[in-house]
Amino acid sequence: MAPHGNPEAPASAASEINREAPKVAATTNVDSTTAGSVSAPDVTSGGAKEESPWSLWEVFVRSSRGLSHVHAGSLHAPDAAMALRNARDLYTRRNEGVSIWVVPAEAISSSDPDSKGSFFESPQGKDYRHATYYTKSEGVKHL
Amino acid sequence: MASQNLQSVPAELSPEEQEREAAGEAYFDRIISEDSRIEPRDWMPAAYRKTLLRQISQHAHSEIIGMQPEANWITRAPSLKRKSILMAKVQDEAGHGLYLYSAAETLGQSRDQMMEDLIAGKARYSSIFNYPTISWADMGAIGWLVDGAAICNQVPLCRASYGPYGRAMVRICKEESFHQRQGFEILLELSNGTPAQKQMAQDAVNRWYAPSLMMFGPPDDDSPNSKQSMAWNIKRFSNDELRSRFVGMMVEQVRVLGLTLPDKDIRFNEETKKWEHGPLDWNEFKEVLAGRGPCNSQRVERRREAHENGAWVREAAVAYARKQAQKENAA
Amino acid sequence: MSTQDTDFVIEGHGDISVGVHGAGASGDGSASATRITPGNALRPEDIALEISRGQVKPTEDVAEFALRVGDDGLILAQRLGHWISRAPELEEDIALGNIALDQLGHARSFLTYAGAAWGKSEDDLAYFRREHEFRSAHLFEQPNGDFAVTIARQFIVSFYQYELYTKLMESTDATIAAISAKAVKEVDYHRDHSAQWVLRLAGGTDESRARIIQGFKLVWPYVDELFEDDDLTTRLAEAGVTVQPSSLRAEFDRLTGNIMAEAELEIPGVPQALGGGRRGKHSEFLGYILAEMQVLAREHPGASW
Repeated sequence: MAPHGNPEAPASAASEINREAPKVAATTNVDSTTAGSVSAPDVTSGGAKEESPWSLWEVFVRSSRGLSHVHAGSLHAPDAAMALRNARDLYTRRNEGVSIWVVPAEAISSSDPDSKGSFFESPQGKDYRHATYYTKSEGVKHL
Repeated sequence: MASQNLQSVPAELSPEEQEREAAGEAYFDRIISEDSRIEPRDWMPAAYRKTLLRQISQHAHSEIIGMQPEANWITRAPSLKRKSILMAKVQDEAGHGLYLYSAAETLGQSRDQMMEDLIAGKARYSSIFNYPTISWADMGAIGWLVDGAAICNQVPLCRASYGPYGRAMVRICKEESFHQRQGFEILLELSNGTPAQKQMAQDAVNRWYAPSLMMFGPPDDDSPNSKQSMAWNIKRFSNDELRSRFVGMMVEQVRVLGLTLPDKDIRFNEETKKWEHGPLDWNEFKEVLAGRGPCNSQRVERRREAHENGAWVREAAVAYARKQAQKENAA
Repeated sequence: MSTQDTDFVIEGHGDISVGVHGAGASGDGSASATRITPGNALRPEDIALEISRGQVKPTEDVAEFALRVGDDGLILAQRLGHWISRAPELEEDIALGNIALDQLGHARSFLTYAGAAWGKSEDDLAYFRREHEFRSAHLFEQPNGDFAVTIARQFIVSFYQYELYTKLMESTDATIAAISAKAVKEVDYHRDHSAQWVLRLAGGTDESRARIIQGFKLVWPYVDELFEDDDLTTRLAEAGVTVQPSSLRAEFDRLTGNIMAEAELEIPGVPQALGGGRRGKHSEFLGYILAEMQVLAREHPGASW
């Protein structure tokens, strides 16, 4: 298995991930800027190596107000605060975003690729969910 | 475990496992035949995974090592505008390396491992970065020829069958659009400058021309992996096909530059409708690839140095994050 | 500020399409996540344009002041540029690269503006002045050292520059105010970047803590020079172009003190160096920085690049 979940299909992308990391200002208590415990890197693994690598984060960028956050890619960071900053530097250096989410890759649950059929094929054939199914009203104004 | 992905399918599988393998393979074959995309958690043949991992990690390494020959001129760039552009470009290459390492990570190998392979000299990267940048005009020639060749290679890769690779390439190609142009502009400015500047430009083109053609890889009849990669929709065009297209573009552009390509055998073959070029020194290519280029050891050493000098910083950040998490848990 | 009147349109950024619309599975998602627009901000080229149109011209005093601020940024960018391809992690290569680019951008704007007083371009000033003609403070030419030294230097620089640019936004000189308005947002991020790292290095491992303490010890002697008043700043403060550097000190001390306290670091009790950068008296380092920076341009005087 890959060392992290499927970054391609976050099952809960719509859930609000509000793990802000406000900038360090004089009055800010910096303790509050770092992420919750989810960001604690796994320091127990990789016993063979002395160094524990920075963990993997998935980055979602809102390109302008009114649009959804879209998965932009991933990066490595020691914690959520740095992940946000790295994401800012890496994924918005060409003015691509107005808001960023970062999510620990391991926190993403995804649908099982082996059960594609049972998961995603049921809606097929249910044409009546789509406006195009209703043809008799064609030509009627404002409908 | 990551490495297990690289093993071929074990011989002893239970009937259910065999069935699942077969179903996975059928699904994979269908996706490929429909020219759709494979995603990280899909079943894929071990050889497909291995090929991709090798190609993507080599590509990532090339971006990272490729920072060095250009970073070599950041502090000496002859105008502040050029200094900004060059800095932004080298920085982009770090970004591109990151996008590609991320894509490779979805195949089950950690970036750390890839970095270690690179530092240990076990991983390959584009051999062109083992040539030195000895004049400012090299910044132009690298942008125009090397990035030009890279773009020729990369645009078709935006449609590579492996989703994360294709997506990384889309982003890279968008960002790289300025790299080749800035290189062209450097050469144009030099070519229209003083005689010494023009000479500098011509000299750089002379040195980078052949290595850039060799970036497309060995000739088709000497490229054993190409066929399989094309069958898997990773590669879309053959090495020679892309090389020929590239030569055609350069022939046009070099005229605008007022310079010449160091190849008197370039011609358009009316029968095949393809551009042809003079013989390339594949012996040198293999030598450089085997580590005997002018800068191989220097490049890897610099990467090793940066990585090892940074170890205490990375460790500090991890230790800090751990302490903060403990504090929060205690609170 | 007159840039608002000059109706500059950003163009010529070229076609960023690479024919990837057939990317199939890449889908619209990746397209909108990679939307690229250059944004709309004051650039050195805009200032040069205004100068060439005769719309702006600094007084001798203002030009001298712009030289100081511009040289600070230029020398720092030259130092930071060295980190690209050598940073502790690839993500940090990019972060330091962004900071270097910001600093270089500010430098180019200030130098372009300064040059207008003497009919010189940013490049004339950067490449064809000699050591004693540079007006940067000593802090900016201090060697990168290890990452901790660089972060310690960044920490002082960014908190100083933030205070300075915040005040300069109110400058009676419209161009100085406009450049500063752009710069202040960027150095605000530099403050955050350096503060984050000061906290991590101080609170990370024993080694990182020892290194950041040593880093601060090395660069702290150059703090006082940043806040020294002289005849020029006195005249310009009276004219409302800038404020006396000494007036920035209290806030600098308070803000840096908060972070230092948070990081459980002491302000190093090291003697303050004499400085003299604003009068063209530099340390041994600047000569080497300039030798490298200027070598190519000087080999080809009058050439265009």
